[in-house]
Amino acid sequence: MSTPSGDYVFKQPHLLGLKEYSAGDITHILDHAVHFREVLNRPVPKLPTLRDKTIVNLFYENSTRTRLSFELAQKRLGADVVNFSSSSSSVKKGESLKDTIRNIESMKIDMVVVRHESPGVPYFLTRCVDATIVNAGDGAHEHPTQALLDMFSMRMKLGDLKGMKVVIIGDISHSRVVRSNIIGLTRLGAEVRVCGPKTMMPLFVDELGVVVSHDLEDCLGWCDVAMALRIQLERQDGALFPSIREYHQQFGIKMEHLRRHKNFVVMHPGPINRGVEMESDVADSNRAIILDQVTNGLAVRMAVLYLLSGRASEVENYR
Amino acid sequence: MEQAQLFNKQDLERIINRFAYQFTEPYDDLSHLAIIGMQTRGVYIARRICKQIEKYSGNVLPFGVLDVTFFRDDFRTKMKMPDVQVTDIPFDLFEKDVILVDDVMYTGRTVRAAMDALLGFGRPKSLKFCCLVDRGHRELPISPDYTGKYVPTHFSEEIQVKIQEIDDEDAVYIVNKGEAR
Repeated sequence: MSTPSGDYVFKQPHLLGLKEYSAGDITHILDHAVHFREVLNRPVPKLPTLRDKTIVNLFYENSTRTRLSFELAQKRLGADVVNFSSSSSSVKKGESLKDTIRNIESMKIDMVVVRHESPGVPYFLTRCVDATIVNAGDGAHEHPTQALLDMFSMRMKLGDLKGMKVVIIGDISHSRVVRSNIIGLTRLGAEVRVCGPKTMMPLFVDELGVVVSHDLEDCLGWCDVAMALRIQLERQDGALFPSIREYHQQFGIKMEHLRRHKNFVVMHPGPINRGVEMESDVADSNRAIILDQVTNGLAVRMAVLYLLSGRASEVENYR
Repeated sequence: MEQAQLFNKQDLERIINRFAYQFTEPYDDLSHLAIIGMQTRGVYIARRICKQIEKYSGNVLPFGVLDVTFFRDDFRTKMKMPDVQVTDIPFDLFEKDVILVDDVMYTGRTVRAAMDALLGFGRPKSLKFCCLVDRGHRELPISPDYTGKYVPTHFSEEIQVKIQEIDDEDAVYIVNKGEAR
């Protein structure tokens, strides 16, 4: 698979969300990720491509996968990496976000990967500093690299996304993963259904071009991909469903589903609550590509960093 | 834009034949020899050399394809980012005598990048470089081990290698772009 050539030029200065990315931009990233996926299989999976870049990972919210994945991707590309987490920094002393980022930029940072509990923080940062900003999750808004790696995993497993049938199951209204996925998948021509309790379904979600369903059985019979979202147990004091057990009864993927419907693959952005979003055996079955998603995430993030780094200095060259 | 033909189809064939004999000549036993073509046109040239070796010796040599974009030192100074292509080296480099094949050798920077890239796959016994046309203007202390032809050029000129599989023609041209670098 080679990259689209011809007149197409990747022109995005940042990755704030998939909303600003055209189908061409998304495809360009996914095509590049194929090459980085191959690099990961080499005996020495390291490239010197970003060795002149310094990247800061600015994590105001907890994260294992995303943060490790970004850091590893940066190191695989040869960049210098510094990590920041709000719990062990001057944020505790009351420093504002703007001051923090401007101080960090003064240390000659080229790129900032940011996760924050407030939506819009990545946008705000683009106004504060010149560095390239990559959104690693902002509140319930977007999580673009997760959606890109989900799409990449689907493409690796099942081929072209056009016409692919994807059902996303769970807490639709609190999920940034789902928003980015809906935007990206529909842009590339996939059919998307969302499935979950009515209390977890945002108003007007159908305006994003998806079909709303509350019938898991029906969705699993229809789909090629079933993506379960994590039930955020820490946010469930609002009583959106009667009990974890009842949620699992109605919306958990079970082994009997896999037996009844032979076609679909199971995805999950992690971390999994075994026995809630799906039975433990489902997560470990050969129909689940959850760990492939993690490996692919590395390749996709390498592609994102690589493409954005080029753009940044291209802009400089034009100046 | 002026252009002159350096090689036609027959010239190209003859050079590829010569390479096939040159590559194999130092070895009694070809089991350690491997050939890697560099994207894009080097791949086709390398594949033809392999076929030729197979034709007269019966040996099918291990064959790989290498793209060095990620290892270049100039990929960001260009206006447009270069397209990345497939890398596929389906054999172990250990104890192999590897010959890298490319179409044109110029500054030597691509070869340097290729050496970096290749060493990430393992430690070959030896590594040699072969190019169809050496156009001079080296910027690094690297020289080819096998050359189709050495053609001293001006900066404003460009060597264009055409390969049947992608360009519908087998030929090499020297083109005057008319503008100094």
